[in-house]
Amino acid sequence: MASFELICPAGTPAALRAAVDAGADAVYCGFRDETNARNFPGLNFSRDELAEAVRYAHARGRKVFVAINTYPAAGNAGPWHRAVDDAARLGADAVIMADLGLLDYAARKHPDLRLHLSVQASAANPEAIGLFHEAFGVQRVVLPRVLTVADIKGLTAQAPVEVEVFVFGGLCPMAEGRCSLSSYATGLSPNKQGVCSPASHVRYEPRGDELVSRLGGFTVNVFGADEPAGYPTLCKGRFAAQGRASYLFEEPTSLNALALLPELKAAGVHALKIEGRQRGKAYIASVVSTYRQAIDAFERSGTVPHVDLDAVIEGSRDTAGAYQRSWR
Amino acid sequence: MTTPSLLTLGPVLFNWPVDQWRDFYARIADEAPVDVVTLGEVVCSKRAPFFEDALPEVIERLTDAGKQVVLASPILVTTERERAAVRGLIGTEDLLVEANDLGAVAQLAGRPHLVGPFVNVYNEATLTWLAARGATAVSLAPELPAPSLKALAAEAARHGVAVEAQVFGRVPLAISARCYHARAHGLHKDGCQFVCGQDADGMDVETLDAQPFLAVNGLQTLSHTYLCLASELDELRAMGVSRFRLSPHTVDMVRVSSLFRDALDGRRGGAEVAAELAGMIDRAPLANGFFHDRAGAAFVGGDGAAAM
Repeated sequence: MASFELICPAGTPAALRAAVDAGADAVYCGFRDETNARNFPGLNFSRDELAEAVRYAHARGRKVFVAINTYPAAGNAGPWHRAVDDAARLGADAVIMADLGLLDYAARKHPDLRLHLSVQASAANPEAIGLFHEAFGVQRVVLPRVLTVADIKGLTAQAPVEVEVFVFGGLCPMAEGRCSLSSYATGLSPNKQGVCSPASHVRYEPRGDELVSRLGGFTVNVFGADEPAGYPTLCKGRFAAQGRASYLFEEPTSLNALALLPELKAAGVHALKIEGRQRGKAYIASVVSTYRQAIDAFERSGTVPHVDLDAVIEGSRDTAGAYQRSWR
Repeated sequence: MTTPSLLTLGPVLFNWPVDQWRDFYARIADEAPVDVVTLGEVVCSKRAPFFEDALPEVIERLTDAGKQVVLASPILVTTERERAAVRGLIGTEDLLVEANDLGAVAQLAGRPHLVGPFVNVYNEATLTWLAARGATAVSLAPELPAPSLKALAAEAARHGVAVEAQVFGRVPLAISARCYHARAHGLHKDGCQFVCGQDADGMDVETLDAQPFLAVNGLQTLSHTYLCLASELDELRAMGVSRFRLSPHTVDMVRVSSLFRDALDGRRGGAEVAAELAGMIDRAPLANGFFHDRAGAAFVGGDGAAAM
């Protein structure tokens, strides 16, 4: 069986070069607007930057995927159509999309453009994946983070496409592309604007020895003097239920499925994806090179070497997330 | 404006005891002025067996009362058992099915069906694509603001597709593989003891500053606030929205549906209905922020001012 393909994030041209240099097989990025799900200030690529990124990657035998994975707004498809057209024109190796209407557009307008199904489409069963393959010729699915390794194995056996899974980075505990928590608190959402818990709505307020983090009108966490204050992503906040305060949805952890490489291989997974287009180039270089070495060692020996990712793991804690049944 | 307005009742999202569930639908059949009733356990497949035996009787009761019965498919389908359940649902030939995931959309191609609010329909191209495959009505996600509803309703009219908007009840905000009800009780999904049954309208989730925020319903997270678009009914109708969905709660749904029926028929004003609903629901305030392109938790009053 072919070696795992390592798919790495880039929010800037510098991060893209860092990912390629550190051993990414493919790098994914987005245009600087609401057409992608990491529409954060200071991130993403102009058309010229994408053209240069494609040249840089192709010269080294690597690929560039362009994420156009938000849901086009009614009455305003233009930015999304231009993103697809420009990705095709500039030589992207694939576009990663979620919206049925936009996939239909891309399949008709650019029949030779390789289509990947974004995690934001939340295609979690063979029937859903088959729909995208049959209707639009989608060749790869990025699975939503709601499946156990056993579920994935059952799915790859029946899905007519390559399967890509997240192995490292920020973890959505909710099914991606089906979450309106952010817009409930702020009016801005991943599906519409490509943002989750946007920085424009974040406030940190000192209160005695404590620091309160707020999003929109809601307190997301309260940190004691001895606690590091994390970013108030809604689903990683501390809330009270049943008379008890806790990280009800998910702790502020990083997904790290490195130890599961043998199981993911046995499950028929084709590509491994690292989350983090909002991360700096040093982080990207560190995570990508670590994963590259681990994958290469695993492919050679069949065992996963012990590697140190503690420096880049959020809150210094990691989890295998939904891949393990006990997470549920 | 020529399309008659239908009042529709979405599926019960919560884990009600089967007797309560059966009695609820009996009363809906006898007393509620709703045209369409959507049935089915859409949140958690572990609950579905409790309702299977009662389902035929409830369908018959509602049908005899002149209601159109629709069967809703689950939101999240991952296991073999869940896939088999969807196949069984699709095999139902005498009732309309509402697809709530893309796997169900795939399997319903080529026959008339409904597309539920858990399938992402954000733009005209997606709506057109679904219409071409047999969708006769699309229930839009509550996250969509008024300009999107307007554009989608206009496109739907060109395809003869009816557009539905939720106008009452807590808003589903997220679905997960993880059970937060179990987690809040120190349990896991596999050994959940069905603790979701303790909260018939969802489990209260507050911020650390004791602000009410969300409501957990097993794998699902909903708004704390109750969506109410009673004051927006005329605007929705003018856009071409013709189906108005009420999401069931333990509040008197016969009275809720009667109020909306009165508003649709012009017997009462929308603002008057909203005020009466606010008085009926003491556990949470009303909200309509999504429609007005604000935070979903906000309530925009007749003066355009938002409160939260």
